[in-house]
Amino acid sequence: MIRFLLDGETIEADDVDPTGTVLDHLRYTLRRTGTKEGCAEGDCGACTVLLGELDGDAVAWRAVNACILFLPMLDGKALRTVESLGGTHPVQRQMIERHGSQCGFCTPGFVMSLYGRSIGAAGTVGVPVGDVIAGNLCRCTGYGPILAAGEAVPMAEEEDRDIVEALRALQPAYGHPATADELADLLLAHPETRIVAGATDVGLWVTKQHRDLGPTVFIGDIADLRRIEESPDALTLGASVRYSDAREALARLHPDLGELVRRIGGVQVRNAGTIGGNIANGSPIGDMPPAFIALGAALTLRRGTKRRTIALEDFFLGYGEQDLAPGEFVESVRIPRPSPGMLVRVWKLSKRFDSDISGVCGAFALRIEEGLVKEARIAFGGMAGIPARAPGCEAALAGRAWNEANVEAAAQALARDYDPLDDLRGSAAYRRTVAANLLRRLWAEQHEPVSVLHG
Amino acid sequence: MAEGAVHQPLAHDSADLHVAGAAAYVDDLPEPPGLLHLAFGHAADGHSTLVSLNLDAVRAAPGVVAVFTAADIPGENNVGPVVHDDRLLADGEILYPGQPLFLVAATGTRAARRAARLGKAIVEPRPALVTIAAAKAAGSQIEETQIMARGDAGAGLAAAPHRLIGSLDMGGQEHFYLEGQAALATPGEQGQLHILSSTQHPSEIQHLVAKLLCRSHAQVTVEVRRMGGAFGGKETQAAAFAVACALVAAKTGRPAKFRADRDDDMAATGKRHDFAVDYDVGFDVDGRIEAISLVLASRCGATADLSPAINDRAMFHADNCYYLPAVEIVSHRLKTHTVSNTAFRGFGGPQGMMAIERVMDAIAAQLGLDPLAVRQANLYGPGRDVTPYHMKVEDNVAPEIIAELATSARYAARRAEVDAFNASHNVLKKGLALTPVKFGISFTTTHLNQAGALVLVYADGSIHLNHGGTEMGQGLMIKVAQVVADVFAVPVESVKISATRTDKVPNTSATAASSGADLNGMAAKIAAETIRERLDTFAATESESTSWTFAELCRRAHLARIPLAATGYYATPDIGYDRASRRGRPFLYFAYGAALSEVVIDTLTGEHRVAAVDILHDVGRSLNPAIDLGQIEGGFIQGMGWLTTEELVYDDRGRLLTHAPSTYKIPTANDRPAHMEIAIWARGRNEEPTIHRSKAVGEPPLMLAISVFSALTQAVAAAAPGKGLPKLDAPATPERILAAIDELRARNG
Repeated sequence: MIRFLLDGETIEADDVDPTGTVLDHLRYTLRRTGTKEGCAEGDCGACTVLLGELDGDAVAWRAVNACILFLPMLDGKALRTVESLGGTHPVQRQMIERHGSQCGFCTPGFVMSLYGRSIGAAGTVGVPVGDVIAGNLCRCTGYGPILAAGEAVPMAEEEDRDIVEALRALQPAYGHPATADELADLLLAHPETRIVAGATDVGLWVTKQHRDLGPTVFIGDIADLRRIEESPDALTLGASVRYSDAREALARLHPDLGELVRRIGGVQVRNAGTIGGNIANGSPIGDMPPAFIALGAALTLRRGTKRRTIALEDFFLGYGEQDLAPGEFVESVRIPRPSPGMLVRVWKLSKRFDSDISGVCGAFALRIEEGLVKEARIAFGGMAGIPARAPGCEAALAGRAWNEANVEAAAQALARDYDPLDDLRGSAAYRRTVAANLLRRLWAEQHEPVSVLHG
Repeated sequence: MAEGAVHQPLAHDSADLHVAGAAAYVDDLPEPPGLLHLAFGHAADGHSTLVSLNLDAVRAAPGVVAVFTAADIPGENNVGPVVHDDRLLADGEILYPGQPLFLVAATGTRAARRAARLGKAIVEPRPALVTIAAAKAAGSQIEETQIMARGDAGAGLAAAPHRLIGSLDMGGQEHFYLEGQAALATPGEQGQLHILSSTQHPSEIQHLVAKLLCRSHAQVTVEVRRMGGAFGGKETQAAAFAVACALVAAKTGRPAKFRADRDDDMAATGKRHDFAVDYDVGFDVDGRIEAISLVLASRCGATADLSPAINDRAMFHADNCYYLPAVEIVSHRLKTHTVSNTAFRGFGGPQGMMAIERVMDAIAAQLGLDPLAVRQANLYGPGRDVTPYHMKVEDNVAPEIIAELATSARYAARRAEVDAFNASHNVLKKGLALTPVKFGISFTTTHLNQAGALVLVYADGSIHLNHGGTEMGQGLMIKVAQVVADVFAVPVESVKISATRTDKVPNTSATAASSGADLNGMAAKIAAETIRERLDTFAATESESTSWTFAELCRRAHLARIPLAATGYYATPDIGYDRASRRGRPFLYFAYGAALSEVVIDTLTGEHRVAAVDILHDVGRSLNPAIDLGQIEGGFIQGMGWLTTEELVYDDRGRLLTHAPSTYKIPTANDRPAHMEIAIWARGRNEEPTIHRSKAVGEPPLMLAISVFSALTQAVAAAAPGKGLPKLDAPATPERILAAIDELRARNG
């Protein structure tokens, strides 16, 4: 059973299918059809809803894609859909006034994203409207009127006291593990259990691949896995820390990490997806691992009460294969803070800037002292079956003078470090060329602007 | 009389419903009891012989109620629009990957989709022709190669002072309507069927269902309230889903709904045609074309669908705004073992236009001239006003629009700024281009240019409006309501807009070819005027009538037994085209526009941004400027997506690898240029007596985005000055831009 709040009313659902989606429940059980299915994979935002949970004396709201949100993830939370706004909210009035809808099918999703921004929902504070709606696709308008509507809507704190009280009174009913210790015990006893954090990847196994997940455990709400610890020498992120929660701390570690997070999915995906999940699933094109590897990150794995800490790059053994024992889980990742003199750059290349998966992601961390490269850590995603370092390139730089000739030699060496694949995101030849060019860009940007995004 | 409703920037009639989530699409309506949910079992592999189908596991799967194959179809197994070569369910031969092989009806959507994956097809694979080149080499065509010619191109080419040959490849495009294909069929008494469909062409679905189930047209009613986007992708491609529902409803006696999964939808429905273009052009020292030979080859896919007309339109627009004194356009329509390509906003026009715009850039590069100067030198003008299909261009406003835009958007000054930027930057390069659009308005299949409407005025003065056009977001309903409100001099709110139904207006054409408002607006106006004339005649006999409200007038007219309902019918006058001789007047008029785009590229990665866009577009006298601006901006961004980020990738068996938004990338809000100025041409007025002198606006603005591709070409050229025209193909992904730079730099000279 699950129990959640919908517009002040407590809704109970018995016998929920653990992989039933919130979208289907809204549309076909509760008959709230304003929330639409555009893709059922978290890429179009037509199903955007707001999830609320207690945060001290307030409700922390976040926009998520209902199409890949499993019902148990709703347990104990508050939900708002487009119907909750009543039709006359300033966001809705602005959308009408500025002709922000044409076919209207994507519109409820945009309304919810912009509404989220207007109440300061997760991942939207101080963020341009364009970034807030980059996870919402519209095929009709060209976005101008929607952007204008978003700009025109005033920020307004909403009075959530009733919802705070109701959430306090609401008894979660599903029985998620409350602590990492409980999770560790459960996994030790039932190592076949499928861990689900944000479901931004696993969700598609169900909606697209029609896989049977078997027994599942939902870890997105385990507080001690959601810890963010910032110290002078490192940032430690628990496995269930969501992208949007980590973004500011990562940006403080290095601005490029903040920018990298901005370009992972849309706000809705970043409000659900976790950094630990991205690592644990071992995606060859996972965007954070190359950056973390370049910075020398370490991963803490836990099985029962036993913990071990390994270099992040050692976790990825081969395509789809990670160094993870049965019953073991990713507990946290620790990313060292780059020293002040360190040259760090992370660049993602994709067909589209926002909400796209990298063709190539390059991460560079060079310690350069008195014109000499003292240390070079370089890692790439999209160049092999796993995110991996570039040993030849690193060796060609380390211990040598930081000059154009040596950079060129290292770029040549880089081409021999990987044997990339041809796929729909790019040919092997393009990947090889462009990876080397990212190193050349590192040199060139000392002299002139190099990015079309900021040039 | 009140101020007329036409020409006012009114909001979309459903805007308040859209923002509230209250606008109902097919899948939003209450589900009738006993509803069955459908899914196709799709072919996993491409071209092959279907030896047998083992569906035991499908039938045994949880929730499955019935499974159908081609053998279960009582009538004609066809969902194709013109040539009857599109099977609802494969029989004997599998033509492309993703082709529907069988149909599952289950108690839930997930159950149907899961079961559909359990079918086992025994097949014998056959060679698959996937690419344009392979099909061309094999002589595989959906119809004979077509040739359009005027003058002696061969002689002109031989005599021209300068001559260039070159080529251009451009990819297709997925429609990515946000609402996937959907339909719901409900059986009625005496063999009747009611079908709710997300389709641009309800009449065609009515006809296909009747033929497939051996019923009369009158037994089948198709209804469309609104679509969640279509763009041509629901002109013929909606049929399979609606017809499948009808088949299940007829066979089981239960209502049946089909809501296609996004990935299945993308894999199994057609897209914009990809094209390969070869040109051979002769020109003078000013870049003025003397003769040209264009060869257009397109990937049509496995069946005919609308490919003949689409490729015709590519030929019709291979002149764009330019006079071609001696011209030969050869059009190869290639049959491949891929999903059948179909209508998409522009309908072949964009591809034809891309060809001639590439030629303009090539000539400019060859002669070292400003590409805009070359374009202007080639424009239609007095004495240079006959198209390759022998139609005289009588409404040519392209020169004025181009000149106005070049001034207002500071073309010359910005070109100098771009040159200065490029001189001082090595990694980033900018490009700028101003390209025009001239788009022919009318279905080129002449008989389709007709429409009907039904206007009902009630005794309380409220008005019920029906016409044959469908609403897909383009604002057709509000425009036609404005026309009707204007006739009666009542507020537009008095006009009740209702669903399009085949039992209200029969034998309709698809809402396509940008023609919706032109045709249906005129038909509705005629119907409304019939009633208006009756009311006027009646009022003239009543001395107190000047003080009556419209409601009072209607009440009294009813009591006086004046009929308050009328149909209207409109057929576009003065058009006609002979396809055999390729001569005539296929279009009533042309819509024009121009765009100036500025881009910046990264020569190390191939990434690009569209930095600034200025548009001046002619919609005649706009019926609704707010709706029209929305069409212009939306069309432009969609065209920009086609030419930049949207890449369809197929494997060597013809399987589409980019079948979801995770892999197929349409523009997001952040891809919209930071500077975007759109203006409706203030002096616009249709020379032809169209509905309130407006012009069609649905498709033409898409082609304004060719300016982006041309600007990218200029930016790539700036990476290796003096090396000529880059070999940049579309879509201009980072990989293609980088490859074009590398190829250009590697050239000698």
